[in-house]
Amino acid sequence: MAMTMTQKILAAHAGKREVHAGELVMAKLDLVLGNDITTPVAIGEFPKFGRESVFDKEKIALVPDHFAPNKDIKAATQCATMRCFAKAQGIKNYFEVGHDCGVEHALLPEKGLVTAGDCIIGADSHTCTYGAVGAFSTGVGSTDMACGMATGETWFRVPSAIKVTVNGKFRPNVSGKDLILHLIGLIGVDGARYQSLEFAGEGIAELTMDDRFTIANMAIEAGAKNGIFPVDARTLDYLKAHGAKEPVVYAADEDAKYEREVVIDLCELEPTVAFPHLPENTKKIGEIGEIKIDQVVIGSCTNGRIGDMRIAAAIMKGKKVHPDVRCIVIPATQRVWLESMREGLLEIFAEAGCVVSTPTCGPCLGGYMGILAKGEKCVATTNRNFVGRMGHVESEIYLASPAVAAASAIAGKIAAPEEVK
Amino acid sequence: MKAEGKVFKYGDNVDTDVIIPARYLNTPDMKELAKHCMEDIDSSFAAAVKEGDIMVAGKNFGCGSSREHAPASIKAAGVSCVIASTFARIFYRNALNIGLPILECPEAAAAIEAGDTVSVDFETGVIVDLATGAKFRAEPFPPFMQDLIAAGGLGAYMSRRAAE
Ligand code: SF4
Repeated sequence: MAMTMTQKILAAHAGKREVHAGELVMAKLDLVLGNDITTPVAIGEFPKFGRESVFDKEKIALVPDHFAPNKDIKAATQCATMRCFAKAQGIKNYFEVGHDCGVEHALLPEKGLVTAGDCIIGADSHTCTYGAVGAFSTGVGSTDMACGMATGETWFRVPSAIKVTVNGKFRPNVSGKDLILHLIGLIGVDGARYQSLEFAGEGIAELTMDDRFTIANMAIEAGAKNGIFPVDARTLDYLKAHGAKEPVVYAADEDAKYEREVVIDLCELEPTVAFPHLPENTKKIGEIGEIKIDQVVIGSCTNGRIGDMRIAAAIMKGKKVHPDVRCIVIPATQRVWLESMREGLLEIFAEAGCVVSTPTCGPCLGGYMGILAKGEKCVATTNRNFVGRMGHVESEIYLASPAVAAASAIAGKIAAPEEVK
Repeated sequence: MKAEGKVFKYGDNVDTDVIIPARYLNTPDMKELAKHCMEDIDSSFAAAVKEGDIMVAGKNFGCGSSREHAPASIKAAGVSCVIASTFARIFYRNALNIGLPILECPEAAAAIEAGDTVSVDFETGVIVDLATGAKFRAEPFPPFMQDLIAAGGLGAYMSRRAAE
């Protein structure tokens, strides 16, 4: 029977020759991830699985990133709970603040912890990010995480899939963020509910790894179980450069069945912005009109990588952030921060009038480092613009690419990169 | 197993950020979190909800983050069952894993009004709106889920499986 790429990975990890959509399988896991919010709950559930120790000390990754560096005493307690568990269990991939830290989904690929063909769960919805390197990875809850840590396996309902065929080439100032916002606008926030988004087509060769991470990251914003890219030379180069373990390459069968197909022509895309309060409320930059803003956030697991920093810095170089705007730049990992410093990007940001933060999720989920007051508007390179996500319930988040965010910071209103040349 | 209670009704795409805002996630104490459940879309919910009450909503309930705090705070608030047109994937999984009964039933979700008293039979999937007498039938859980629920959640299910 013909299978999608996701189905092949699940079949291999369930020890089956084939699986079909809707089937429930028990699958072996290559990596189990948790953060400072979800791990303490998982640690509470862990004893219920009747095991003293985790299934494999090397296959668990614990990342303090949401409220770390600790934002208050309660957050400090959660981080301490996770740190103690990591020590007691001898978990190898625990990433301490300042040493090797960063936002989990930017950090794990950078550390070579995810590879093509892997089956990964994480107690964080954006775990779907690793589909960028050809892995099956999906977000789960804390009880699932505890199950994964204890037993090294968990249950999945095999998803059906939507095929997203990508053709052509981006125009200048258009990137992976615009593609995924466009797609979510097209199919809606539940358009791919319980399904895989499987990307295909000759246009994929045009997408940088950063673009692919951004796109796979936001598969969940279309309700998808996972988003996945075929493995090409660029993927293999990336995995090698980051010391990932040997990739196992799966490809969808030619005659695999899809629920539907969506075709996207890259050259038709424009910078795209998602209006409050759903990622599906997208508009092309030309249709927006004048929207004055109070804050810009450039960072997160969606767009806090070095490529994103470079794009933002190129637009801000030699310019000043609008006097009415606070611009907060958050390199997603310690390594991105260091590279940004070495390349002079941090200096460009600081001279433009941005504040540059330590790696953290911070304002992305309304934690700290840039909370919005009543009525304030923010352009963010993050992934969610739900009610109250970044602060007051009457604040507004506009999701956009690093290029649009940087241009908006300069202009003081939502702006196209060309407008601030 | 049965549930009966007064209905709190919400619309489509109720996300995990409004079910339990991230600003409160610096504690894993679900009783504490229950005090803030739904507050960003319904500030009176936490004070008004009584043990056994029922939540009814539109499509894609629980979309957004993977925080198990969302179904857990609804459960800790006393809600006995959530009925929605559809649920977001991770929320669905989490609710079953922690033992919060949820039922997908678009007809019931559309017809039942806020404040109605509703009874639910989990074995048969029959939902009755006692205010109007209207009857609905929800999809029963697949057999695997029934095993998981019967075992008392994922932990018990997996350790029983290991013992076999
Ligand atoms: S940056 Fe935002 S979306 Fe990404 S893991 Fe952190 S809180 Fe979640």
